[in-house]
Amino acid sequence: MADNFTFIIDGTEIPARQGQTILKAADEAGIYIPRLCNKDGLEPYGACRVCTVLVNGRPQSACTQPAQPGIIVENDTEELTEMRKQLIEMLFVEGNHFCMFCEKSGNCELQALGYRLGIAAPRFPFMFPQRELDATHPEVFVDRNRCILCGRCVRASRDQDGKNVFQFTGRGIKKRISVNATSRLADTELKSADKAVAACPVGSILKKGVGYAVPIGERIYDHKPIGSDIESKAK
Amino acid sequence: MSKPKVATTSLAGCFGCHMSLLDIDERILQLIELIDFDKSPIDDIKEFTGRCLVGLVEGGCANEENVRVLQDFRKHCDILISVGDCATMGGLPAMRNTIPLRECLEEAYLNGPSVYNPSGKIPNDEEIPLLLNKVYPCHEVVKIDYHLPGCPPSADTIWQALTALLGDKPVGMPYELIKYD
Ligand code: SF4
Ligand code: SF4
Ligand code: FES
Repeated sequence: MADNFTFIIDGTEIPARQGQTILKAADEAGIYIPRLCNKDGLEPYGACRVCTVLVNGRPQSACTQPAQPGIIVENDTEELTEMRKQLIEMLFVEGNHFCMFCEKSGNCELQALGYRLGIAAPRFPFMFPQRELDATHPEVFVDRNRCILCGRCVRASRDQDGKNVFQFTGRGIKKRISVNATSRLADTELKSADKAVAACPVGSILKKGVGYAVPIGERIYDHKPIGSDIESKAK
Repeated sequence: MSKPKVATTSLAGCFGCHMSLLDIDERILQLIELIDFDKSPIDDIKEFTGRCLVGLVEGGCANEENVRVLQDFRKHCDILISVGDCATMGGLPAMRNTIPLRECLEEAYLNGPSVYNPSGKIPNDEEIPLLLNKVYPCHEVVKIDYHLPGCPPSADTIWQALTALLGDKPVGMPYELIKYD
């Protein structure tokens, strides 16, 4: 198979290289495919399904699916946008997201997707689950009320920090982010400068002593939708 | 022809959303040309005087009175709008939703560090509306036609929604007017 080839996203022919995922090739071509659990530099995980596209008519997660010569990919369609909205709405009702006092607000990828997709209120009943907060560590806290189980901290800690601080425990609706210590974050080797801390897309893993450092109006997603950095690369 | 009527109320909210409505500044003069306020804390009309085009509801439902008022709004308003995070998702009052109601009451009236309550009783007068087990967003109690999130939604967001509805146009919100904080 040729190393360089092209395929189609929403009618546009885009270049790709052997071994690239659909998401990566789209990024380079300036086409934004919404995503949450994917992060540049981390191994693709395929957990959130927000990046679902139709590949020759079949749903696939763009962050894990390799690009292939000549495939026809649908991304920006009404049907897929509706599905992505529902996924984001489910993440909101499944946790406890009080954006009005969350330090991550304005810089949060979950919230930003809500904004980009135009979600005014989730259509599913709120669950208001019981979730634990771990504030034992001197520099960092974990607020599981806001965790969306994307696994970015797990991968960053394991593959980039070489520490394995985080892992999942439980299954299904009982699944939680946990720490690889007797149970307290304070007993791990985590440091606030670790990649795992920066990897969290939401306000679940946050540095202490930072608070609302950036004023409203200057935060990442205050004026520009998530994905506009990728879209600005479009030729 | 008489002007369309708008009603507003604050259920389990802090009146911040009403403040935001007043924050439309001098546009309030334009608004008064376009509409009459019916039941609302703004003019202090306590009961509906007739059918309203738009009902603006701030706050979610924390007690039985909130539910009654909300149902009354649904009955009298053609278009019902949830204004603010408390109405759309429960907001700050919903922080109690992960704690059993009895525990909340005991903390507030018996065990809290600053409580002075020699009677040792939790208030239970029939004048006081009964609390619901949880705080509910409005759309989990009645049908809501539009949601304006935000804590509070900006004056521009409320203005945009109202003028669109009064002009019979779709309520399309530009990116910067949808905020959850
Ligand atoms: S993590 Fe994001 S969505 Fe959740 S409360 Fe914080 S800002 Fe809102
Ligand atoms: S703590 Fe953050 S990075 Fe880790 S799984 Fe939860 S949301 Fe993802
Ligand atoms: S970004 Fe692809 S599944 Fe989460």
